[in-house]
Order: sequence, then structure tokens, then C-alpha cells
Amino acid sequence: MVKAQVSLPDLKQPFVSGSFETPVGLVPQVSSFLKVSDHLGTFKARWGVGRMHYTINPGLYALGTPNEKSPVLVTANFKMSFDRLREALPGRNMWILVLDTKGINVWCASGKGTFGTMELVNRIESSGLAQIVSHRELILPQLAGPGVAAHEVKKLSGFKVIYGPIQATDLPKFLDAGMKATLEMRFKTFTTLERMVLIPIELVSALKWGLIIISIFFILSYLGKLGEGSVNALNHGLFSGLSILIAIISGAILTPLMLPWLPGRAFSIKGLIMGLMAIAILFVFRFNVLITWANRVEIVAWLLLIPALSAFLAMNFTGASTYTSLSGVKKEMRWAVPIQIGAGVIGFILWLGSQFIG
Amino acid sequence: MSHLVYLKDVVTLKLDEKKCVGCGMCLLVCPHAVLSLTNGTAEIVNRDACMECGACSRNCPAEALSVQSGVGCAAAVINVMLGRTNSPCCGTIDSATNLSNGSRDAKRTGCC
Repeated sequence: MVKAQVSLPDLKQPFVSGSFETPVGLVPQVSSFLKVSDHLGTFKARWGVGRMHYTINPGLYALGTPNEKSPVLVTANFKMSFDRLREALPGRNMWILVLDTKGINVWCASGKGTFGTMELVNRIESSGLAQIVSHRELILPQLAGPGVAAHEVKKLSGFKVIYGPIQATDLPKFLDAGMKATLEMRFKTFTTLERMVLIPIELVSALKWGLIIISIFFILSYLGKLGEGSVNALNHGLFSGLSILIAIISGAILTPLMLPWLPGRAFSIKGLIMGLMAIAILFVFRFNVLITWANRVEIVAWLLLIPALSAFLAMNFTGASTYTSLSGVKKEMRWAVPIQIGAGVIGFILWLGSQFIG
Repeated sequence: MSHLVYLKDVVTLKLDEKKCVGCGMCLLVCPHAVLSLTNGTAEIVNRDACMECGACSRNCPAEALSVQSGVGCAAAVINVMLGRTNSPCCGTIDSATNLSNGSRDAKRTGCC
């Protein structure tokens, strides 16, 4: 074996606690204990701050003090994936082989092929793993399945792929049961907590556009009603901005949160219904102003705009969900997108009319 | 296990029972218990729960399973329609699958 082929991860990464001697050289040693900076990193990534660059060096790491017989776990080089894995294994001595997935989590990377057969086979080679462990087994997260063909890895590298549980937190039980996963461990859920942690990133991406739209609605509304005095104009502007904000809250926060309880299977339907409920709440506060024609047109405009925006944002949550198929998403979009655009355009024209005419 | 189910009758998953060797790998990798093994042959028991992730077909050594796999993500579908295929997030949906060498277009990465 030519030693020059081996490439080891940088020992100076901030989460590395030491260096560990192996037949191919020093590999970074990590512990299952996360530092404050690791938790802060997770928090920032959840809110989209530096999320696309939250990476670690690919290659082999030592968790604790593993030996040649210790199991080898494989994960992605998204730091959050790596942290969830080591955090789940207190007191265990194991090897962690980190694949280069460009900072993307296991499931998304396997779906797109970066957590794939060839990357795994090449990484086994470049880490010098065969010289470090005496056995020929790898434990992969089950959700690596879309990218990795176990039988091909065996053929190409000699290593047998064992699919572990979906959740890293189930690993201790899996290991102690002789590498057997229960049916529950193999089932991808989408619990309230699992949906909740996804909301910040949905909200941040919605607000990137949302803040511009809110500002436009505020300014147009303010200018439209300036003839009725500046206080009135300010009130009206704020109401318009607030209405858009409510549509965003409905589509990007409440719909994901209430997903199992909202009627319909299509996400657009769930978002639409949530949007209608949000409107009901909004107009409880504005029932006293249904006097003029302009007010009535404005109500109709919001009845179109809020559900359309809410439905659109809810539809986008399919990407974060754990159970939507591409065939299904395409089918939903074929009818939902034209309706969303239609309602949005008509709603906006009516709304403009209600602000500047009458 | 009652769980969230998406649209009915849309899934492209296909199983050729004659090719199945009964190894059970598809059952291990499926995250939605779509398949079961009876008398040494896999069977699709919960078709509508399939999310077309492609794990079963990729790990089937007998090529008995096929599915038009991809990521069920509306943002990705929109990005592709708008031609934004090099977007760092959700840039690709229909994975240009090459089952023989297990590689896909690795340059286009996604987030989700």
C-alpha cells in the first residue's frame, strides 16, 4: 500500500480534542461531549446562518480510543450530522468515517448522490481504513440507502455495508442488540418536534422575499391613503404589511406545525385552509370598516392573497418533509401553482384598486 | 404505525417478483415500510407511503425494483423549471441515475 495515497483530516479543527495514533498516521480524536460552540453552531445552522458552509474535513476520525476491532460508522461532512452522531455515543470507542457531501446532511446527500457508492469506496481507500481495522464492516445510516448500493460497495472495496438505524440516538441500542434494528428504528417519522426544528429555516427563507413584499405593500398602502391623513395612511400601511406577515406565518410556521391535523393530502390544500383560518382571525379586528366599496374590495383581495401565499409556502415545505414523493409533488404543482399565481395576480390587482380608487 | 401519507396513486415504484431473490435488503433501507417479505419474495404492501427515494432499487442486487427516484421538493421543481440548476439548494430533482456505477451528478448539490 502506498502511504502517499492516504489523506487524513486536519487535526486543528476547533471541535477536535486530540490526535490519535494509527498505522497510517495521526487522525483527529473527538469526544461525544459537545462544547458550547458546537451547540451554537447547530443553532446558527438551523436559522440558516452559514448553513451551506458548516462543514468538517472528510476522512477518518477516532471517537474516544478505538482499536482495530472497533466498529466504523459512516456519516456526512455536514457538521450537524457529525455532531448528532458523536453526541449519541457517550462512552463508546469507535471510528467515524466522514464522506465529502459538500456540507449536506446524509439523507439529502444520498438523494442527490453525493453520499454515494463511489464517494464511499474512494473514502475507504484514501483514509487507509483497511490498514487501521482488521474487520471489513461499515455501519451506515439507513437514510444513506438512496445513494449507496451495499452490494456494489462490497464488490468494489471488500467492505460489507450494514444499514444502521435512521436516528443516531438509536445507535447504542442497535449496537448492543448485535447490530439489529427494530421496525421502529427503520421508520422515518415526522413528529411535531421534527417539524418544529425545520421551521426557522423555512421562515428565514420566506422572509428573505417576504420583507421586500411587506415593504412594498406598506408603502403602496400608505401612499394610497395619504389623502385621508397621515395617521390613517400609517394605520392602513401597517395593516397591509401585517396581512402579508400573517400569510407568511400561516404558510411557513403554522402549516408545518399543524401538518397532521390540517385536512387534505396536498400541502397546498393544508396551507390554503390554514390561510383561510388566519384571515378569519385577521378580520375579526376589521369588521367595523366594511362600510365602503373600497373596503369590501380590499377584503376580497386579502381573501385571495393570503391563502395563495400561504398555500405556496406550504407547498414549499414538501422539500423539508419526510414523506413526499417527486411524482406527487409534480402532480400537486400542476394544478396548485396556476391557481396560486392566478389568485395572487387577481388579488393584487383588486388590492391596488382598493388602495388607489374609491 | 399510522403516519402521514401524501397523494394517492402517484408512485412509480415497480417490483418484478420473478427477479426477486428474497434477500430483504429493500425492507432494511425503506424508511416507510412500503415492502414486506412473504415466502421469500418481496411484496409492495403500502404503495402510497412510498416517497420515491430510490433506496430499495439502489440496494436491490437483483434489479427487481425500479422507481423514478427523486426528491419530492417543490422548490427544486421550480428551480429546475426556471433553469437554476446550479443553485446550491434544491438544484436537482430527477437524479441522473446510473445504477451500474452508483454515481450521480455530484456537482449539483442540494440542501433541504
